[in-house]
Amino acid sequence: MDTIGQLKSQVIREVEATSSLQELEEVRVKALGKKGHLTLLMKDLGQKTPEERKTLGAELNVLKDALTQALDLKKVKLETETINAKLGKETLDITLPPRPDQKGIVHPLSHALDEVIRIFGQMGFVVAEGPDIEEDFFNFTALNFPPEHPARQEHDTFYMPPSPDGQPLLLRTHTSPVQIRTMTAGEPPIRIISTGRTYRSDYDATHSPMFHQIEVLVVDTKTHMGHLKGCIEEFCRLFFEDPNLKLRFRPGFFPFTEPSAEVDIMWKDGKWLEILGCGMVHPNVLRNCNIDPDKYQGFAVGMGLDRVTMLKYGIDDLRLFYETDLRWLNHYGFTPEARG
Amino acid sequence: MRFTLSWLKEHLDTQASLQEITDKLTQLGLVVDKVENKADVLAPFTICEIVDIEEHPNADRLKVCTVNTGKDVLQIVCGGINARKGLKTVLARPGDVIPSSGQVLKVGKVRDVDSFGMLCSAEELLLAEESEGILEVDPSAPVGEVYAKWMKLDDPVIEIEITPNRGDCLGVYGIARDLAATGIGTLKPLKKESVKGKYPCFVSIQLDPEACDHFTARLIKGVKNGPSPDWLQRKLIEIGLRPISALVDITNYYTIDRSRPLHVFDADKLKGNLNIRLSKKGETFDALDGKTYTLDEGMSVITDDSGVISLGGIMGGASTGCDENTTNVLLEAGLFEPILTAITGRTLGIHSDARFRFERSGADPEYTLLGLEAGTQMILDLCGGDVSEVIQVGKAPNYRKHLEFRPERVATLGGANVSFSKIKTILTSLGFESKGNDLELNIYTPSWRPDIEQEADMVEEILRVEGYDSIPSVPYSERPEGKPLSPLQERRFVIRDRLSGRGLVEATTWSFISQKDADQFGGIPESLSILNPISQDMAVMRPSILPNLLKAVEYNQNRGFDSIGLFEVGPQFQDPTPNGQSMMATGVRAGAFTPGNWKEKKRNVDLYDAKADALAILEMNAQLDRSAPGWYHPGRSGCFKLGNQILGYFGELHPSILRAFDVKGPAVAFEIFIDRIPLPKKKTTAKPKLTLSPYQAVERDFAFVVGKDVLAEAVIKAVQKADTQLIESIGLFDVFELPEDKKSLGIRIRLQPKDHTLSEEEIQSFSQKIISTVSQATGGVLRQ
Repeated sequence: MDTIGQLKSQVIREVEATSSLQELEEVRVKALGKKGHLTLLMKDLGQKTPEERKTLGAELNVLKDALTQALDLKKVKLETETINAKLGKETLDITLPPRPDQKGIVHPLSHALDEVIRIFGQMGFVVAEGPDIEEDFFNFTALNFPPEHPARQEHDTFYMPPSPDGQPLLLRTHTSPVQIRTMTAGEPPIRIISTGRTYRSDYDATHSPMFHQIEVLVVDTKTHMGHLKGCIEEFCRLFFEDPNLKLRFRPGFFPFTEPSAEVDIMWKDGKWLEILGCGMVHPNVLRNCNIDPDKYQGFAVGMGLDRVTMLKYGIDDLRLFYETDLRWLNHYGFTPEARG
Repeated sequence: MRFTLSWLKEHLDTQASLQEITDKLTQLGLVVDKVENKADVLAPFTICEIVDIEEHPNADRLKVCTVNTGKDVLQIVCGGINARKGLKTVLARPGDVIPSSGQVLKVGKVRDVDSFGMLCSAEELLLAEESEGILEVDPSAPVGEVYAKWMKLDDPVIEIEITPNRGDCLGVYGIARDLAATGIGTLKPLKKESVKGKYPCFVSIQLDPEACDHFTARLIKGVKNGPSPDWLQRKLIEIGLRPISALVDITNYYTIDRSRPLHVFDADKLKGNLNIRLSKKGETFDALDGKTYTLDEGMSVITDDSGVISLGGIMGGASTGCDENTTNVLLEAGLFEPILTAITGRTLGIHSDARFRFERSGADPEYTLLGLEAGTQMILDLCGGDVSEVIQVGKAPNYRKHLEFRPERVATLGGANVSFSKIKTILTSLGFESKGNDLELNIYTPSWRPDIEQEADMVEEILRVEGYDSIPSVPYSERPEGKPLSPLQERRFVIRDRLSGRGLVEATTWSFISQKDADQFGGIPESLSILNPISQDMAVMRPSILPNLLKAVEYNQNRGFDSIGLFEVGPQFQDPTPNGQSMMATGVRAGAFTPGNWKEKKRNVDLYDAKADALAILEMNAQLDRSAPGWYHPGRSGCFKLGNQILGYFGELHPSILRAFDVKGPAVAFEIFIDRIPLPKKKTTAKPKLTLSPYQAVERDFAFVVGKDVLAEAVIKAVQKADTQLIESIGLFDVFELPEDKKSLGIRIRLQPKDHTLSEEEIQSFSQKIISTVSQATGGVLRQ
């Protein structure tokens, strides 16, 4: 009895004293190996009486279990310590920068255009397009600009050499010619937006010889100015992300709309800011496109993409849109997003 | 258009506040640009009196004044030549901001004498463009009072923008009429002057109706011209006009007040009779602005025996102008045609208040004679004289129109509910005559509104007087039937995302470039040169986007960037037709692809970066050849094609191009005609079926030695030919040059059996097959 008790406490003491897996293995072999103390005691059992064998055998088995468990526990402990010691020496500087992303930049005008199209797209508009080099007819005449009217002069037009058949050509001064191209090519109901490059011979802090416009056109049998207001309010509130944005509609003048309106939004500084022009499509314009103004009506909107982009993102110099200064693009541009 | 509040109130009887008036103006479509009140900037300046004056001890032209301010007595050094004892003038104290300079006045020493303020000139207070000496205030003025208040300078100046269709509001009277229609006041009736002539006018006038519709004139003898009275001068100064002399000021007054330009000739300087006709080419005209103009054919001119003495509706002539010696004056009021006036003014580059009004139909055609009469009366009042009878030639065309107006259109087009009685009231107050009922009105437009032509114009008239705020907004409830973008349009956005995802920065650059830059990129036809370019740098439509991107590379290299990747999705031009405009995705990479960091070594761009960009856009197997244009390196560039159609180019840029644009290389580029890439044939969401093989895949590497000129593609194609079933992928893992014009291509092949695991023998025989196929096709041998 004493032998078993002594052996147990001795082995457990030795297990606890080990400080490496190797030492632990030595202790295990000394106790449980082929010639280990416990193994030898087990072997001795054969020489005992069946009575003794039974009681002593049971005791030895309990002892074996206890020693095995103590060895296993210690082994886990030592292994954990070993791996911890190893990992402790493998520390890296986590403040070092990772490999840089190869991410580029989307121009703020493209980003804003994407949003504009998304908003009007949800309202059922589809995108229509026209060429940058336009016929005078599409840019002015069909849009009800009388030949020598001051309204035509206000456009500061860039002229191109006339076409071989004598058509006067120019760089379109607005996206409105797309209205004419759409209406002459199709039948109402029409619901389009058109975006693109436009040109006027004017260059200073607030004018660029090239800029971008967004055109909206609706022609059907029933759309009136109330719908025009509703449509523009919805657009402006979504685009400027302010559901309470205040808008002001006031009379304006465009040869191709009647009645015409200018739209202001109440900006953060409490001042009205002119943001777009719009109105009901002028009956003369409908007639020029062979659409009966007694049957059809609708509205048109023209808006500067550059202007609304500047407002939305707090960009203060129009000219920098076109400078391709990487410092500016990195600051005002957008990282590419997944398109839905 | 500028006018003062008090001037407006001469025509509009109203109790409304300035704010209410400006709100109504904007509501009417006469948008208020700004409202200025001189009294605001002049508030600190008070009336003072010089009670004593001495010579400055150290300066001949300066005086030391003792000034009574009403509160205290100050010593002030003054340089005004009119400074004298007893003069009442205007005081600025230290701390006041001088309006002309914007500077804060300080206590100062002027040549060793202390000065505790400043005595102001009219110029310093922005009351005159130039002035001599200090302001002289009336002796009855109370010392200590604010000068602006005593002078009644607290009259707000309102500046509004007049759209080209509203010439009738280029006169204060027309603005008052519009405001009265909104109900905030009543329009005061115009006094209809009529001065009876005492004798026949001595000049006779001939009129070509092509040059002028209606012309009236009369002689006033024995006038005394000189500075106009204070009230008239001040009226003109307040709105930014310079008083000249009574006769000229009167014509300017009616231009602003009634949008009725008048002109005065010094009758003694006229030679013979007047002829109003169209000009002949090459005639010259000495205008009042001191310049000589050479006229084109067909401009409206007033001539006497000496030649052209006035440009009708635009500007008078120098030879017949009025001055302080004028005693006999011919006053003229004509009605000049808008288009003719616009063309003449634009051709000659003359801007005048008269031109501005005539070309916008601002002069009421029925007011020509009345305007002459009103002008006559004021000349009599201010300059005296004896009046002749009126000569009239031609006659005003009838500008009044008849049109039908269904009042319901205010609701069905305008979206507003305005009662029939309100509509009638608005029409009457705007000068429209109307007959009929609430189903249909017959409208006669007033003579001053030639812009009103049809029903839609009438709807706008009602809406703007009622206010666009009265239109209830209706939620726009249409919803989409499909996608807003066609697949071709959407592709541009996808390409933007893809290229920026590859590390490129998107640029937006001008569609026009210089002729010189265009010539480096294939040139352009004459038909793409802008006739009136803004500068030589923006003279022609671009045949390629690359010149702009290369300029941007140079710009940014100069600002210290050495790893630059730019792209633009936009148009380039081959000819001026709609089909001559191509949508491009064009990009440039210059310098380092990866700038290098603590993990990776710096690597410069090469043509394979540009090829990868191009392939990211193309997304298809296009044919490839070496026919890229001349701005690329001839041996390091390629052209993607689909049949005969060019899809795009990529490659290293030609060194001469880099030199021309001052770009530090290496630099590579790509240009893809994105609308030429075929759209996917069928739109289907289902992908081809995939069977995952349970059998082990095998990878084998081969190194082939081939001639230097053998294309990698030829070797890969040969490998592919060896088997179409087993080969899952072929990769090129190594390329290097060997002596004797040879090179080694390392090729990794992955075999994926579908029905059993490959045995070593099968793999061996397969390898042999590959080696012999490659050898047959390219002469390559396996490297030992």
